[in-house]
Amino acid sequence: MEKQLGSETVKRGMAQMQKGGVIMDVINAEQAKIAEASGAVAVMALERVPSDIRAAGGVARMADPRIVEEVLNAVSIPVMAKARIGHIVEARVLEAMGVDYIDESEVLTPADEEYHILKSAYTVPFVCGCRDLGEAARRIGEGAAMLRTKGEPGTGNIVEAVRHMRKVQAQVRKVVHMNDDELMTEAKLLGAPYEILKQIRAEGKLPVVNFAAGGVATPADAALMMELGADGVFVGSGVFKSENPEKFASAIVQATTYYNDYELIGKLSKELGSAMKGIDISKLPAEERMQERGW
Amino acid sequence: MQNNRKKIGILGLQGAVQEHLNHIKALGLEGTIVKKPEQLDEIDGLIIPGGESTAIKNLIVRYGFLEPLQNFSKNDKPILGTCAGMVLLAKEIADSEESHLGLMDIKVKRNAYGRQRDSFEVDLEVKGIQGTFPSVFIRAPYIETVGSDVEILATYEGNIVAARQGNLFVSSFHPELTADTKFLKLFTEFVNAPTEANTVLL
Repeated sequence: MEKQLGSETVKRGMAQMQKGGVIMDVINAEQAKIAEASGAVAVMALERVPSDIRAAGGVARMADPRIVEEVLNAVSIPVMAKARIGHIVEARVLEAMGVDYIDESEVLTPADEEYHILKSAYTVPFVCGCRDLGEAARRIGEGAAMLRTKGEPGTGNIVEAVRHMRKVQAQVRKVVHMNDDELMTEAKLLGAPYEILKQIRAEGKLPVVNFAAGGVATPADAALMMELGADGVFVGSGVFKSENPEKFASAIVQATTYYNDYELIGKLSKELGSAMKGIDISKLPAEERMQERGW
Repeated sequence: MQNNRKKIGILGLQGAVQEHLNHIKALGLEGTIVKKPEQLDEIDGLIIPGGESTAIKNLIVRYGFLEPLQNFSKNDKPILGTCAGMVLLAKEIADSEESHLGLMDIKVKRNAYGRQRDSFEVDLEVKGIQGTFPSVFIRAPYIETVGSDVEILATYEGNIVAARQGNLFVSSFHPELTADTKFLKLFTEFVNAPTEANTVLL
C-alpha cells in the first residue's frame, strides 16, 4: 500500500490510543497545561465550558480560533475542538488549523436541523454523541471514528450518561445475538444502517471506541462509567468548575485507570474540595436539554 | 496449574491495551494486563502499548512502576514498545531535557510527522518479516539517532521507525491496529527462545 492519510484505520486508531484516558475541556493555555500535567490524554479547546454555555444562553458557536491556536501551542497532547452539528465550514476551519479531532457537538447550537456533517469526507477524525444504537450507527455511517454518550452536558449530573451508556451496550448485546433474518427489521426499528449492524454483529462490539461524556463531576462518576463499559471519559465542566481543578483532574485520571480499585477511589475522593454544583435534569426545561439535539 | 507457557504482560495504564492482548491471543499465547508493579514478577515479556506517553508516564511515576520496569529490563526480560512505548523506552527525547524510562540507546522525536491530519498508513519492509508489513502511524515518533549496538529493523523516508537493542524492541507504528501478527511474532519468538531468535534476526 502507498502512503495513505486519513484512512479509517488511522482515524479510528487515533481514538483507540485515547482508551482508558480522560479528555478534559479547557478554555486557555493555562488550563490546558494543568490538564496535560494531571495526565489527560487530550484536551478539548473551548470558548466556554458547557455549564457556562448554559448560563450565557444565545447561540453557541465554534471557539474563537485564537483560543484553539493558544491551546494547540501550549501542549503536546492531542487537541480537540467542537464544531456545530452540520456546520461543514466550522469543521473545515478546525481541520485546516491542525486540530487533532473534531467533536460535532450538541453542546453548541446546531447549524443544521436535518443533516450531520459527512465526516468520511475529512482527513481529521470526528467524535459524535449518541443516546442509543440507532444514533451511534448513523454517526458511524457518516464516518465518525469515535463515539461518546451525550449525557446532559454542563449539569454535573451523571444520570443521563449512565442511561445512554447502558442503552447502547444493551442494544449492541441484542444485535450480537440476533439471527440473520432479524437484522434488517432491527435496522429499520433503530434507524440504523444495516451494514453497520452487520459489522457490529460480526465483531461482537461497536467498530469504534465509545467514551462517556455529559455529566462526569467526580472520580467516582468517571469510575462508574468505566465500570459500565466506557472506553474512556470526557470531563467538561467537572474539572475547572470544581473547587480545586489540579486535584480533581488528577483524581479523575487515576480513578479512570483504576476504576475497580474502590479503596483507592475512596482515598482519591478525600479532601478534594467540592465538585461543581449540579443540576437536577427533571428541573431542566425540554428546550434546554442539549441531548435532544442531533438527528 | 503450572505450565511452561510463557506469559506476556501488557502495561495497562492507558492506551491500546486490549488490541495487543487480542494479538497475543491470536498467536495462541498467554497474555495478561499489568496494572500493578508486582505483576511484573509473573511475566516473561512486557508490551508498552500505544497511547499518550505523557499520560502513561504520569501513571508510571505515581504508581511506582519506574524502578520495577527498569529492573525488569536489567534482568534481560524482553520489552516491546509501540509508539508511546518507544518514547517511554528511549534514553533521549528530542527537544526535551528528561527521558522517561531511559532504557534504550535511541534518540526519539515525538510527534515527528506532525499532527493527526498527517497520520498515515503504509506498507513497509521490516527486517525479519517476509514481504511487507502494514504500518499504521498515528501522531507517531521516529528515531533520530541510535547507539552502536542498536539494530535497525525498519526505515521510512530515511527515518528509523523500528529497532532493537538486545531485549528491547520498538516501533513507531502500531502493529496492534492491523490484523497482521507478524511483527508481534518477532517479539514473542524472542520471549519464547531468546538465544534462538537472536541468531535468526542478527
